[in-house]
Amino acid sequence: MSAATAVGVRSRARRGTVRAALFRAFLLLSLAVGFVALGALVADVLWKGIPYLDGILLTEAPSADPDGAGARPAILGTIYLMGMVLLMAVPIGVGTAIYLEEYADRERWYNRLLELNIQNLAAVPSIVYGILGLAFLVRGLGLGRVLLAGAMILTLLVLPIVIVASREAIRAVPDSIRHAAYALGATKWQVVSRQVIPAAIAGIATGSILALARAIGETAPLLLVGALTYVAFDPTPLGAFTALPIQIFQWTARPQEDFKLLAAAAIIVLLAILVTMNAFAIWLRDRYQRRF
Amino acid sequence: MSVGRAASAQPLRLRTETRRWGEEAVKAALALCAFISLATTIGIVAALLQPSIEFFGEVSVVDFFTERRWAPLFEPPSFGVVPLLVGTLSVTLWAAVVCIPFGLGAAIYLSEYARPGTRRTLKPALEVLAGIPTVVYGYFALTFFTPFLQELDLGVGVFNALSAGVVMGVMLLPTVASLSEDAMSAVPRDLREGAYGLGASKLQVSTRIVVPAAVSGIVASYVLALSRAVGETMIVLIAAGGLPQLTLDPREAVQTMTAFIAATGIGDVPTGSIEYKTIFAVGLTLFAITLVMNLLSIRLVRRFREVYE
Repeated sequence: MSAATAVGVRSRARRGTVRAALFRAFLLLSLAVGFVALGALVADVLWKGIPYLDGILLTEAPSADPDGAGARPAILGTIYLMGMVLLMAVPIGVGTAIYLEEYADRERWYNRLLELNIQNLAAVPSIVYGILGLAFLVRGLGLGRVLLAGAMILTLLVLPIVIVASREAIRAVPDSIRHAAYALGATKWQVVSRQVIPAAIAGIATGSILALARAIGETAPLLLVGALTYVAFDPTPLGAFTALPIQIFQWTARPQEDFKLLAAAAIIVLLAILVTMNAFAIWLRDRYQRRF
Repeated sequence: MSVGRAASAQPLRLRTETRRWGEEAVKAALALCAFISLATTIGIVAALLQPSIEFFGEVSVVDFFTERRWAPLFEPPSFGVVPLLVGTLSVTLWAAVVCIPFGLGAAIYLSEYARPGTRRTLKPALEVLAGIPTVVYGYFALTFFTPFLQELDLGVGVFNALSAGVVMGVMLLPTVASLSEDAMSAVPRDLREGAYGLGASKLQVSTRIVVPAAVSGIVASYVLALSRAVGETMIVLIAAGGLPQLTLDPREAVQTMTAFIAATGIGDVPTGSIEYKTIFAVGLTLFAITLVMNLLSIRLVRRFREVYE
């Protein structure tokens, strides 16, 4: 009888190790799915796009001939969008974060509503922002299908990212710094502007760059404010415009194979910009972030 | 403040004699910044509601939700949103098939199995997936994954729900993995140690202690990921086609709500036309669905934070 029990225990133990090994294999597979897809995506884009990645792509306007077509207006459009979004989203986002962290009384219902609102806005589909832009900026205000309308919509879209990142950075500044400044007779705004913001600046900058990176990769809202037009000239703030992701979409949607390769080349440019921005954000965080 | 009050019995006057107008102005300016995000929501609702009300003046709400054909430009037109809803559901389903099991698997590995150093490199590496623009995923689905599926002889078309859904699932992996991992890391160590003390294996601790304890956070990550899937535009616009068909066959082309909005919004639709108003009616439906999902997910996240933090 004791022998039989021993066999039972052993086989159960073996079943246990088999199950543990299977489970571990499943977990590794789960991780692998993401990395294999990422590898395939990058390899595919590089393989197709590198032959078209040349001076023509960067300096020429789009054309019907894939060999002479470039993305100059789109690249410039993306750079302009970046600048304008930066100028609008960072002050508004940081201002909101300061208000919520330093001034707002959490007990008040309207401040709690503000927080819930920001959390929800972060998850509103980007195309809905496009509808907002179409209804209010393009048609309502009569701004038309211009670069400024695109920049304003992207600003609203990434605002929650700037706010959340800035709030975290501000929250990480210890109260002892605030108390010390108050003890020296500083007013609230002096404390915030001369102590809290400088101490939180690395986190705010990192979050702002990541928000910008999100903004320049967005396509759907720009489609609705009318970026999908043939633009063969350099964009201006109140003129028709296009942007890199829109150009990629346009070329991808063409039936000719050559334009799809051109799209791959434009994707390489876009990904290179995004990688640079992310690397800069990480460097900034590691270099300047202060731990308290 | 309370200390001062207790000591002197008389309430301390903390305000200065003269009001500081500069300070007040700063506070007002900051509050104005905060109001912009509230105004955004109000703007979205207003932008969607007004043309939608006009739309439902011309098309009955019952027809909108029960007609089985979406053909706003046909003669006679038909405004049944069901094919767009089913198209969205079909793509979301395939995204869920990828991101729900593999996202959870990746989260369990990162939280329970990986060494701290490995986790510190793997987690950001996985999050790179979330930083890739959706138009790039669309390109990948159309020019790489769909041809790959066609090689397998499954009978998939050039535009199909399967390819768009699977690629979207990959895009959502970090959303699920990251949020679920946060929830699992918030489970107190005592619970794990207690189970190990009773002789549980790592597998048992992971599946019977940590996952159940973190379940509200895990479900929140699922709901958030699916809400993103419902609202995702570019992948479906590029890879799923533009045919509003009432089918759940993943090999067929479908049109989702988002793809319809984008495809209609691209053209220069005359303001006030019924075609223009369809954008808003479908947009309102989309916004309502994602709003419910987002609020649910926010609630669930709060719950796990309350329990363990």
